[in-house]
Amino acid sequence: MDTEPAFFETNPKAGSVGQPLDRVDGRAKVTGQARYSAEFNSLPGLVHAVLKTSEVAKGRIQSIDTSLALKEPGVVAILTHQNLPQLAKTPNSPEGKKAIGAPMGFLPLTTDQVHYAGQPVAIVLANTLERAQHAAALVRVNIAAEKPLASYADPRAELFDPQKVQDGKTQGHTVRGNPKAAFAAAPVQLTHTYEHAINHHNPMEPGSTTAHWEAPDRVTVYESTQGVTRTQKALSAMLGLPTEQVRVVTKYLGGGFGCKGSTWPHTVLTVQAAKAVGRPVKLALTRPQMFTSMGHREDQTQTLKVGATKEGKLLALIHEKTSTTSPWDNYAEPNSRIINLLYNCPTFESTYQLARADVMTSTFMRAPGEAPGSFAIECSLDDLAYQLGIDPLEIRLRNYAEKDPSNGKPWSSKSLKQCYARGAELFGWSKRNPQAGATRDGRLLVGWGMATASYPVHNNQGTARVRLYADGHAVVQTGATDLGTGTYTVMTQVAADALWLTPDKIRFELGDTRLPTAPNSGGSVAAGTVSSSIYMAAQDVWQKLIKLATQDKKSPLYRAKAADVVVENGRMVLKANKAKGEDFATLMKRNETTDIEGTGNGKYGAGYESGLAAGPADSGHQDDMAGHSMHSFGVHFCEVKVDPDLGTVRVSRWVSVHAAGRILNAKTARSQIIGGSIFGIGNALMEGTFRDPNFARYTNSNLADYHVPVCADIPDMTVEFIEEHDPYINAMGVKGIGEISMVGVSAAVANAVFHATGKRIRSLPITPDKVLETKKVQA
Amino acid sequence: MNNFSYTQAGSAKEATGIRKDKPQAAYIAGGTTLLDLMKANLEEHPQLVDINLLPFKGLEQTKDGLRIGALERMSDVGENALVKQQFPAVSESLLLAASPQLRNMASIGGNILQRTRCGYFRDAAFPCNKRVPGSGCPAQQGDNHNLAILGVSEACIATSYPGDLSVALAAFDAVLTLENQKGKQRRVPITEFYRLPGNTPHIETVLEPGELIVSVLVPAAAYTQRSTYLKVRERSSYAYALTSAAVGLDVQGGSIRAARVALGGVGAQPWRSREAEQILTGAPATEATFRAAAAAALRGAQPREHNRFKVELAQNTLVQALQKVAG
Repeated sequence: MDTEPAFFETNPKAGSVGQPLDRVDGRAKVTGQARYSAEFNSLPGLVHAVLKTSEVAKGRIQSIDTSLALKEPGVVAILTHQNLPQLAKTPNSPEGKKAIGAPMGFLPLTTDQVHYAGQPVAIVLANTLERAQHAAALVRVNIAAEKPLASYADPRAELFDPQKVQDGKTQGHTVRGNPKAAFAAAPVQLTHTYEHAINHHNPMEPGSTTAHWEAPDRVTVYESTQGVTRTQKALSAMLGLPTEQVRVVTKYLGGGFGCKGSTWPHTVLTVQAAKAVGRPVKLALTRPQMFTSMGHREDQTQTLKVGATKEGKLLALIHEKTSTTSPWDNYAEPNSRIINLLYNCPTFESTYQLARADVMTSTFMRAPGEAPGSFAIECSLDDLAYQLGIDPLEIRLRNYAEKDPSNGKPWSSKSLKQCYARGAELFGWSKRNPQAGATRDGRLLVGWGMATASYPVHNNQGTARVRLYADGHAVVQTGATDLGTGTYTVMTQVAADALWLTPDKIRFELGDTRLPTAPNSGGSVAAGTVSSSIYMAAQDVWQKLIKLATQDKKSPLYRAKAADVVVENGRMVLKANKAKGEDFATLMKRNETTDIEGTGNGKYGAGYESGLAAGPADSGHQDDMAGHSMHSFGVHFCEVKVDPDLGTVRVSRWVSVHAAGRILNAKTARSQIIGGSIFGIGNALMEGTFRDPNFARYTNSNLADYHVPVCADIPDMTVEFIEEHDPYINAMGVKGIGEISMVGVSAAVANAVFHATGKRIRSLPITPDKVLETKKVQA
Repeated sequence: MNNFSYTQAGSAKEATGIRKDKPQAAYIAGGTTLLDLMKANLEEHPQLVDINLLPFKGLEQTKDGLRIGALERMSDVGENALVKQQFPAVSESLLLAASPQLRNMASIGGNILQRTRCGYFRDAAFPCNKRVPGSGCPAQQGDNHNLAILGVSEACIATSYPGDLSVALAAFDAVLTLENQKGKQRRVPITEFYRLPGNTPHIETVLEPGELIVSVLVPAAAYTQRSTYLKVRERSSYAYALTSAAVGLDVQGGSIRAARVALGGVGAQPWRSREAEQILTGAPATEATFRAAAAAALRGAQPREHNRFKVELAQNTLVQALQKVAG
């Protein structure tokens, strides 16, 4: 099923990397040609699925009465744990979970146990969506309910030491130096506790799956996923099929923010439902179901102890985090990571504590760990600055880390000082009134705050294929995903530059497991890895062309050494005599070669500048290239206006300056930083899901009552980038900007609220009740 | 959502006649609240009777005041020049509500009959005395952040009417004209239209089965012209009020001759505060007076764990609104 226009319409004059090229998929999106995973409606015999979910959070299913529902017209089948086809493997055991790469060690509809409110207990299939919805309402599920536990805050909750968190990726306990002694001896000591409400990702496009078994052992799944390859792996493991028998397609994605980064239960349940009824099945989660189907950012408390000298130099950082997890998994987002490396501090300790509750497993959400971790460290640093009478920017410079304090390694690149300087200039930070609570605009209190941002460069392996045609166009393919942030556009630019073509000559395809594998679009890896893969694949094409030329008696480059040939302005020429050479079209036509294919592997190492990737192979450790620590850095400056009587906080000015390696497209990059900052402002001021303490069920699982920012909440935002050439991270020198945009945002807002009011609010979101109830701090 | 049939009624008689035959049928005007409730299986109706063709339209200044047809749309009334000039609080309460799309659809009568946003009411998985009498009220010990602190009962602490318009209407003694199944009309002051929850939170208004709202009359006075609606919420737009205040003052030479006060977001119904009005009337228009009036308005508040802040916030909201109109 061909879903893309033959060629994207682009402005061919603005093609080169870094230019603000308009989105190449923009027209397809606004005209409805772009098809999302729930829009493959022409599949023959398509059936609509609706999930029936548990009302209670804990219990055992006694019976499910489907008799009424089955009598409804159009109902095709109702599947429960009693009649859903068995899977080859489930995540219900640790081994199964690992083999699948599942985000949660439990798959609904495999037992009669109910472990969380909103857990699917039946799948209702009908020939229209409305009939399926109605029939689902008629299914009677009898559950013997037990009193659930809602969170770590429940007095009945048992805290435990998880040893490791985040599926084993992060140590539950880390110590560097002797932080306890250093803290005890520190002339200045701060101990503060920070609280975070549950957050839900809520992308515009809900989780959706369309499953089509084309043969008894071959399935195509149109899936809203941030990674077709990872979904393919998970499904093939669960279904017991070779990966080539499972095709996963994601042509367009309406946002993800992490919740589409893993294969959640509804996906495989839809695939199994399609198998059971022998027809294609489509499921789109409802908005309320989005709160209980694809994870969330967990409810958590952090305590940070800061020891410092009277000059504001850090001596000790001791961090403890307590959070809620599910009955099966030890998931906690890794808050400590950023606290360990953001500033120069000789000692550090972090401890994670978890409590099991009757909830689904939480998961990564934009800047997992870095977002809440930066709230703690950046608010505490602000406290330290006020306590010592030092400017908040100055105290950050005094603790500037010239190398990574967590491992002693040099940075691959770090331009944070330039970000600070430019951000401060754009914002006018030097005019800041050092006194908190002393600036007014009429009856409103005005406050300025700032915070540092950082996010690691998680490099990854990726592959791409480039096919260059003699007539001057190229097809570029990789199994990456465009979350809606501009991957189609920036990769078109990268390919165009690498092939010396204009963007309108590039047809870029992604989002299909039939294409070369690419990593998940998550952890800000896509831009760097995928662009490098494409760049390398283009180099492969040029090398093949050069080889062809040097062996072609009729070529001006005949018998030249390949190493002596370079590509300039689309011509292969001799390095020593650039007048001697020819273009690829002439060469290919003469040789009756219609097209040439190249493949590339995006990984560590330089290349873009030198024309060829020259870096060593993967060193084995993801975030360590040639002994370097790889991170993006940036800064946010924020002005708020606070109504002291009404407790309302409105962001009135915003400046973000980031250094994140090469910026591929000035326009989409700016949009992404704006989007991430708004995401962070939502986290800071309004986002919070309330889990009822007695029912362990959410009370505001809809977008009227779960508040995300509206346009009126957001001022004009100033975004700039510091140019940065990083020779270590990947061939294109791209660090990725998906997450760093929201790191530090909540702290910048909270710090501005403090500057406005003299009130330190350490609980997110900062809603009017907290502004009113918090007492003024003596600064 | 259950299957339902749809009928367009050409007259009030036809509409009420259908309801007489099918008491479970519902009237539909803009549908912005009814369809939500039906989709979430919170209300089930075998038949919807579209009343948009009924002649309950028009917006005019009569000798008694502003008469608004119940089928007028929120946006049309809110943007009307006469309403903006003569009844600013009414205009503001409409334009600060919902979103432009919703305001373009929602009718005045439907707005008056919108139902609570209490999370326990809006999710059929929870017990709720308003939805299923006798099932319980988890909000008392649960998520009561947005719920009421005045006029509440052990059975229900919902802000039964969560919106804005009726708060302004309550302040200014608006009178509803209702028409019953016999074609008979009666007039009910909005302050007597809503019922406090007591032990029967499922009975929300005095509307009789099948009865229709025909129009709203807002009496004109010096204080309707000098009025405002102040709304406090967690984001700048498209959010229900945490607290709100509709106020009108008639101030002559620094002294308050007449005052009207109603609060939103804090009461089990739109909360007219005659206690505050008493303190304001005859007193100097000063902050001290406003503070005293606000304290009186919130006397007897019964906050729960998560809505304690509303006691102070509602007072500050009222003071700020009064300061604005006092000038």
